Amino acid sequence: MYLHEYQAKEILSRYAIAVPEGRVADTPEDAEAIARDIPAKKFAVKAQVLAGGRGKAGGVTLVATSRAAREAAKDMLGKVLVTDQTGPEGCVVRRVYVEAGVDIERSLFIAVMIDPRTGQVTLVGSRQGGEDIEDRAARNPAIMETLLVDQGERPAAADFAGLADRLDIGGDLRDAASAFFEKLHDAFTELDASLIEINPLAITGDKQFVAVDAKMVLDDNALVRHPELAALRDTDDLDPMEMEAQRHDINFMRMDGNIGVAVNGAGLALATNDMLADAGGRPANFMDIRTTANSTQISHGFDMIFKTPGVKALLVNVHGGGMTPCDTIAEGLGMSVQRTGARLPIVVRVAGNNADFARVVLNNCGIAFYDAADIGDAVERVVAIAAGEAAA
Amino acid sequence: MTVLISKDTKLLCQGITGRAATFHMGRAIAYGTKLVAGVRPGKGGISHLDVPVFDRVGDAVAATGADASIIFVPPANAAKAMIEAIEAEIPLVVCVTERVPILDMVGVKAALKVSKTRLIGPNSQGIFAPGICKIGVMSTVNEKPGTVGIVSRSASLTSEIVAQTSAVGLGQSITIGIGGDPVHGIGFVDCLKLLIADADTKSIILVGEIGGTEEEEAAEYLQDAKPAKPVLALIAGRHAPVRRRMGHAGTLSLFGSGGAAEKIKALKSAGVHIAENAAKVGETMQGIVSANNKAKDSA
Repeated sequence: MYLHEYQAKEILSRYAIAVPEGRVADTPEDAEAIARDIPAKKFAVKAQVLAGGRGKAGGVTLVATSRAAREAAKDMLGKVLVTDQTGPEGCVVRRVYVEAGVDIERSLFIAVMIDPRTGQVTLVGSRQGGEDIEDRAARNPAIMETLLVDQGERPAAADFAGLADRLDIGGDLRDAASAFFEKLHDAFTELDASLIEINPLAITGDKQFVAVDAKMVLDDNALVRHPELAALRDTDDLDPMEMEAQRHDINFMRMDGNIGVAVNGAGLALATNDMLADAGGRPANFMDIRTTANSTQISHGFDMIFKTPGVKALLVNVHGGGMTPCDTIAEGLGMSVQRTGARLPIVVRVAGNNADFARVVLNNCGIAFYDAADIGDAVERVVAIAAGEAAA
Repeated sequence: MTVLISKDTKLLCQGITGRAATFHMGRAIAYGTKLVAGVRPGKGGISHLDVPVFDRVGDAVAATGADASIIFVPPANAAKAMIEAIEAEIPLVVCVTERVPILDMVGVKAALKVSKTRLIGPNSQGIFAPGICKIGVMSTVNEKPGTVGIVSRSASLTSEIVAQTSAVGLGQSITIGIGGDPVHGIGFVDCLKLLIADADTKSIILVGEIGGTEEEEAAEYLQDAKPAKPVLALIAGRHAPVRRRMGHAGTLSLFGSGGAAEKIKALKSAGVHIAENAAKVGETMQGIVSANNKAKDSA
C-alpha cells in the first residue's frame, strides 16, 4: 500500500525522525492558513499524489508568503499531475502539503528496502540526493552504498556508522547519522514496510538531519497486523473496479483496449496479454482469477468485463490446475451471463483439470462460445472478432 | 530418483486438517505420494487421511521419518511453520500458502542460511515428478513422464507448458514452482544446478516473468556454467502496462530493472533459447532437441 508524503512523515515523526513542520490542506484557503501558522520564512507546497517525480512535473512549489502558498495550492488542487512515474493518465491532486522550507546545507539519499537477491533488509544511501538520483544511479551504480542487515540481530551501531562513513558523513555528524539510520531501520521493520525512501535527506545549517521528502510503501500482506495503518489507505486514488475485484479474490486492472480477458493465474494472464498484443489485439483489462476464488466471486469478475464500455469480445483462457478447475470458471461465466444478459461474442479456451466438464457447464447455461483448440487459435479468433473480421 | 523427490519420499503435511490440505493431500495420495504424517497444533493424537497427526513437526519426524513437508498453514502462521520444519531439519519443505508477509519471509531466509533444508515457495504450486511423486497442488491431467525439467514462477503457465511438452512427446522429468513472492526459498539458479546435474533431465525450460531478479541471476549463472543441456525460457509480461510506481526505479535498478526486454536480453546472451510466446514452448523445445540430436548423429 502506497502512503502519501504527509502520512509517511506523520508516521516517521513518531520514530523521532525530524520532518519539516507541515500540515495537509484540501483548499487554497487552508493552505494559506497553514502557512500563516508555521513560523518559517519560506514554504513548500507539495501535491499529494501516490507517485514519485513530482518536482520535475510542477508538483512542488517553493513560496515566500502565505498568500503565495494559497496561489500555489490553487494551481495544483483538482488538477491532473502527470509525472514520469504516474503513467500518461496522471493523478488527480486532491490535497496539498504545506510545510516549512528547509535550509539545506547538504542533501543525501537514503532508503530501506528488501534486497531481492538475498532476501535481506537493506539500507541504500547516496552521498548526493535529489530527483535526478535515478539517472545518476543508472549511469553509475557505484554512487549507491548499501548496508545489508542480518535478520534477527539488530545491526550494531558500528554498522550504521560504517554506512555514514561511506556516505562521507564525518565529524560531529557521524553519530547523528548513524542514529538516524537506526531509527529508519526500526521504522521499516516495525511497520512491515517494503520501502521507505528519504530523498532528499537534508543536513541543515544547524546540523540536523531532516527528512525533506518521504515515500513509504507498506506490505499489503502484513496490513492485517497493523489495522491502524490499513485505515490510511487512500481509496480515492484506487480504481473502484480494481477495489471491487480485490474483494472477490480477483486481480483486475483496467487497460484501454476492446478485448475483455479472463485468465487463471498471473503468469498465464501476462502471457495471454502478450500474445494478444503480438497479434494486434488490445486487451481491455488484465484479469487474474486467484486460486482461492469461487464461482460466485469469479462471476463478479466477468460482470466487470461485461460492464466495461467499448469491449467487443471476451477471451477466456483457463488452464485448470489443482486449485482452480475449469468448470468453476465456467460456472462463474454462466452466472454472470445470466445475471447481466451480456451478448458479447465469447472465445473460450479451456485445458487441464475438468476442461470437458467446463464445456458442458457452458452449454447447459445456454452460452454460445467459440471453443478454441489452443491459445494461438483463441487469440487469433478473438482479435479477428474485435476487429470486426469474424463472428463468434 | 529424480530431483529432490522420489517414489520413496516420506511426506509430512503441516496444517493437514484444513479444507485445502485435506483435498490436495487426498489427490497426492491417490497419485502415489507416500503421506506418512500430519501436523496440527492442538490436534495431536488424532488420525486424518489415515495418517497420524502430531502437535509438533519434530515429533512427527521422530515417529515417522518424514523427509519432506508440505505446508498449508494460513499466512499469519506460515513463517512459523516453515521455521519449525527447518529446525526439525527436514531436507525438503514446500509452502503453498499465499500472501505471507514479506518480513516474515526475511526471517525464514535467515533460518535457511544456517540449515540444509531446501524450501520451495511460499506461494508455490510445489514440485512434481510425473509418474513418481507429487508434492503440491498442481493438476495431474496432461503430464507425461519424460525428459524436460521445468522451473517456473507461475503455476498456471506451468500447467500449460506441461501439456505442451507432453503433446510433442518430450514429457517431464520434474516441474518445480519457485513461487510468486519476492522473497522465497530456492530460486532459478538453485534449480538449474539440480537440473543440470540430473541424469533424467535432458533439457530445461525456465518460465519467468517481469519483476524481480531471478531471470538475471539465472543468466549470470548460465553464462559461466555453459550447460550441455539446452535451456529454453519464456518471459511473460512483454506487453504488460507500466504500473504507477513510488520510489526511484534507479534505486531498485541496483537489483535489476525487472523489465521483460532486459531479462530476455540477459538470457539470450547467456545462450538461452527464447520462446516466442506461451503457445510455442513445446514445439520450440522439440525443435531444439531434434536439431541437437541430428547434430549428434552427424558428428
